[in-house]
Amino acid sequence: MIRARVKKLLHGFDGDFWLDAELEVRGTEFLVILGQSGSGKTTLLRCIAGLETPEEGYIEVDGEVWFDSKRRINLPPQRRNVGFVFQDYALFPNMTVLENVMYGMRKKDKDRAIELLRMAGLEGLKDKKPDKLSGGQKQRVALLRALAKEPKVLLLDEPLSALDPDLRLELQKELRNFQKNASIPALMVSHDKEETLRLADRVIRIHKGKIVEEGEPQRILADAQATLVSKRENHREVILTLKLEGKLVEMRVDKESL
Amino acid sequence: MMAEINPVPIWLTVKLSIWTTIILLIIGVPLSYYLAYTKSKLGLVIEALTTLPLVLPPTVLGFYLLLLLSKNGIIGSVWYRLFDYQLVFHFEGIVIASVIYSLPMMVHPLTSGFRSVPRNIIEASWTLGKSKIETLFRVILPNMKASVLTGIVLSFAHTIGEFGVVLMVGGNIEGQTRVVSIAIYDAVEAIDYKTAHVYAGLLFVASFISLAMLYAINRRWSL
Repeated sequence: MIRARVKKLLHGFDGDFWLDAELEVRGTEFLVILGQSGSGKTTLLRCIAGLETPEEGYIEVDGEVWFDSKRRINLPPQRRNVGFVFQDYALFPNMTVLENVMYGMRKKDKDRAIELLRMAGLEGLKDKKPDKLSGGQKQRVALLRALAKEPKVLLLDEPLSALDPDLRLELQKELRNFQKNASIPALMVSHDKEETLRLADRVIRIHKGKIVEEGEPQRILADAQATLVSKRENHREVILTLKLEGKLVEMRVDKESL
Repeated sequence: MMAEINPVPIWLTVKLSIWTTIILLIIGVPLSYYLAYTKSKLGLVIEALTTLPLVLPPTVLGFYLLLLLSKNGIIGSVWYRLFDYQLVFHFEGIVIASVIYSLPMMVHPLTSGFRSVPRNIIEASWTLGKSKIETLFRVILPNMKASVLTGIVLSFAHTIGEFGVVLMVGGNIEGQTRVVSIAIYDAVEAIDYKTAHVYAGLLFVASFISLAMLYAINRRWSL
């Protein structure tokens, strides 16, 4: 179980604000943290991983205190058993796929690493360097690398946002399977509605550092509303620009289908 | 013609360059790591100090080093007490002087190299349980090979060609401090242009090869 309370001053583009959030994740729960860019969601994840230090707070995982500002406990990232998956993969360019996966293993077990790669359909690429992989393959390797060290918690910082939609769908399923097999809780930062609906057991929405909503994904996301910003058309399509959760989204509709 | 050329200055120059480069690598890696990642203002002061040898005339640097390394200087007096001979006018003295003189040649490429390594692969290594030292040797340095090799080649080449600082600190002592650049000066003074030509040609070729290697390294490993 993860219990975290984090207070940290953040510097936004329109002034400073406090990230002040408290959360609990149990069992094999998949918690998605939703929010706009700069709302503090990634910082929250980085504080749990020990990559950033909150001004105040308390972080406990499976009864082990990782951070306690009152007792001045602050374990470095190396001693917090997390599996962190970065948005842009962060694979080591100087190592092969197999070396990347084995890097974090406490007991170097080549057979297990190969087995993990086989499960993800990547066995044939084990001797390739990351620059020879596609985006989807890179993210699979990054996920396997994080899981190979048998972490107590999986932290995912928008891991699928750089991938195309079809691949994203495929990897969402794999991600969920791997997390369930590993029997660990997962915290994922996202700003993608569909992804959240597919993956999350529970959602929290952060705005300017504060948790403004928490609950089942269907309920939280039903509240999100799109507003029409502009409408234009060409000989073939109608092009709608919508504002959804603070972001502009372009939607093209074939005239024939109308 | 080669039979008349004294090989001692050549050997001494190579020995000086190798020692200087090895010591610079040992000092340069931790110093550049600190400079690349520190947010302290002290980092700016240290960075400026390490760059000083680039802009100071070698005679100015040589003069201060002479004072520091001489029998009555801060470093020289300690050395004298420990080893019973003085640093100046000895090989060890010119090694220390060369290390300081060529410091920017190692520190600058390494600092840029450290800054060019993506932060997320360093953090990924930490979250995978690896210490800062292990991350340095297994992730950071292997991903900045071009910078490390550039630092090595530049330091080596710069030391081969140095003159002023070595002359100020080491003088012109056969077998101790008379490196090739000083031997050229010596030969020209004695109007022995033949010897000067051979030594100068050697330095020219060595410097050219070093720079060609440098460009080859950059072409091979840069993006």
